[in-house]
Amino acid sequence: MTRVVVYRAGLLTTIQDEGRWGHQAAGVPVSGPMDGWSHRLANLLVGNGRDAPTLEVTATGPDLRFEGPAMIAIAGARFAGEIDDRRWTSPVVLEARAGSRLTFGARQHGLRAYIAAGGGFDAPLVLGSRATDVRSRLGGLAGRPLRDGDSLRVLGTAHASRSVPPDAGWMLSAEPCRLRIMRGPEPGRAAEEAYEALLSSVFTVSPRSDRMGYHLAGASVPIDAAPRISAPVATGVVQVPPAGAPVLLMSDRQTTGGYAAVAAVITADLPRAGQLGPGDHLAFDACEADAALLALIASERTLLALEGR
Amino acid sequence: MPARVTPLGDSALLVAFEPAIDASLNARVLSLAERVRARRIPGVRDVVPAYASCAVHFDPLRTDRAELDAAIGDAMAASAAARVADPAASTVHIPVCYGGPFGPDLEAVATFARASEDEVVRLHVEREYRVFMIGFLPGFAYLGTVDERIAAPRRPTPRGLVRSGSVGLAGRQTGVYPVDAPGGWQIIGRTPLQLFDAASDDPARLSPGDAVRFVPIDPDEFARTARRRA
Repeated sequence: MTRVVVYRAGLLTTIQDEGRWGHQAAGVPVSGPMDGWSHRLANLLVGNGRDAPTLEVTATGPDLRFEGPAMIAIAGARFAGEIDDRRWTSPVVLEARAGSRLTFGARQHGLRAYIAAGGGFDAPLVLGSRATDVRSRLGGLAGRPLRDGDSLRVLGTAHASRSVPPDAGWMLSAEPCRLRIMRGPEPGRAAEEAYEALLSSVFTVSPRSDRMGYHLAGASVPIDAAPRISAPVATGVVQVPPAGAPVLLMSDRQTTGGYAAVAAVITADLPRAGQLGPGDHLAFDACEADAALLALIASERTLLALEGR
Repeated sequence: MPARVTPLGDSALLVAFEPAIDASLNARVLSLAERVRARRIPGVRDVVPAYASCAVHFDPLRTDRAELDAAIGDAMAASAAARVADPAASTVHIPVCYGGPFGPDLEAVATFARASEDEVVRLHVEREYRVFMIGFLPGFAYLGTVDERIAAPRRPTPRGLVRSGSVGLAGRQTGVYPVDAPGGWQIIGRTPLQLFDAASDDPARLSPGDAVRFVPIDPDEFARTARRRA
């Protein structure tokens, strides 16, 4: 076990694992990493299982001091930084000794990076998960982001590290970011037209966006104003409220929603969606269920191949 | 009544009936959810019932879709006979201190109802409500249906902070905020009970299908109950 002191927490750094599944019927959000692919990549680079808690870094990274040895991997958004005066660029595997200082500098692309440490970062299990849900104040460190002066624990020391694959910067995506969507459950002509409107516009992620969802500006999507009875939603669902500004539901989404669920981003593309932030542009392409599954199998194969090396 | 099974993205299915707020339809949804859950199909991560629909969340890489589709088909057929349970079987009593600092919108609701505050309280406690679904916040129960005379719409501007335990009205729905949160429901009172406990494996005090009755208490009793809890 190695203690890690948080000198500076960064803008929004939270402990995340694969999410709080199984309690949505009690209204508990799933939460978990915004970019689940990079969370898994960071974990496998230090030999962790996929559910080991990582630190999700947002826009600006933390400044950490390790009080013992630890194997570290950083994946996701491309950051530069230093460890003990040696420079690094993510994705990267680093070895910390007692007294090592890990700092983050400039970010080249993407918004969220994942810091994995061999054995995982410790946090109490809340409803089966250590994922931080800030809005519901669940998981992580008392349901809040890291703060300056916090102390973390890494639950292990000697973990095998894997070399960083050359294609690990895969999420470097075109501008606008293109996400594949399937038609959502909302029936009817109005929803059909709204779906077509989603496919023919470029949207901007608005500043109001957060881990719950992205408010999309740039084009108004037509939908009728008929009130709808609350129904379950899923991560990736694109809701269209009567005012016409779509909302893409992300990791901390509520369990149910009362707006028209017009479309849903396919699971294979959610990690790329998770790298978007305010001001980024995105566009949607139509996708069918079969193609969605093939895309997911392809991204899973990439991770399994890395795991097997 | 026929239900539609549609994709909710590629990692969830939505079983949707014709949307309505209706106890027997909701009982059918709950029965369907219970039956799908009971099959314990590998890869299924969550089964989430609501008013008139139910989502089944699954990992597409670990789930046998043919098995899942068959389970949903069986559950839909078997749940057709579901009936509303005897309401006396599981009635939860929730003590509420109405008005004043506990219910800042009681006056507004009385104005809406063209009635006294006491009359609004009487109409709110008179009925037994059904928990139709949990959503919006951890442990937030949507209860119905509220007497039409006090069915005031949501506040035009939501509050930045609604205290946990606050009892709200939104049209013909009523509910209790289990945690501090922003919200737009008309707040008419507050309960000293804790309705969500993340430390429990069964964190929400109320479950869909439960019957709920509100019991008026005075500020002294509110304080006593809150102290016992602390």
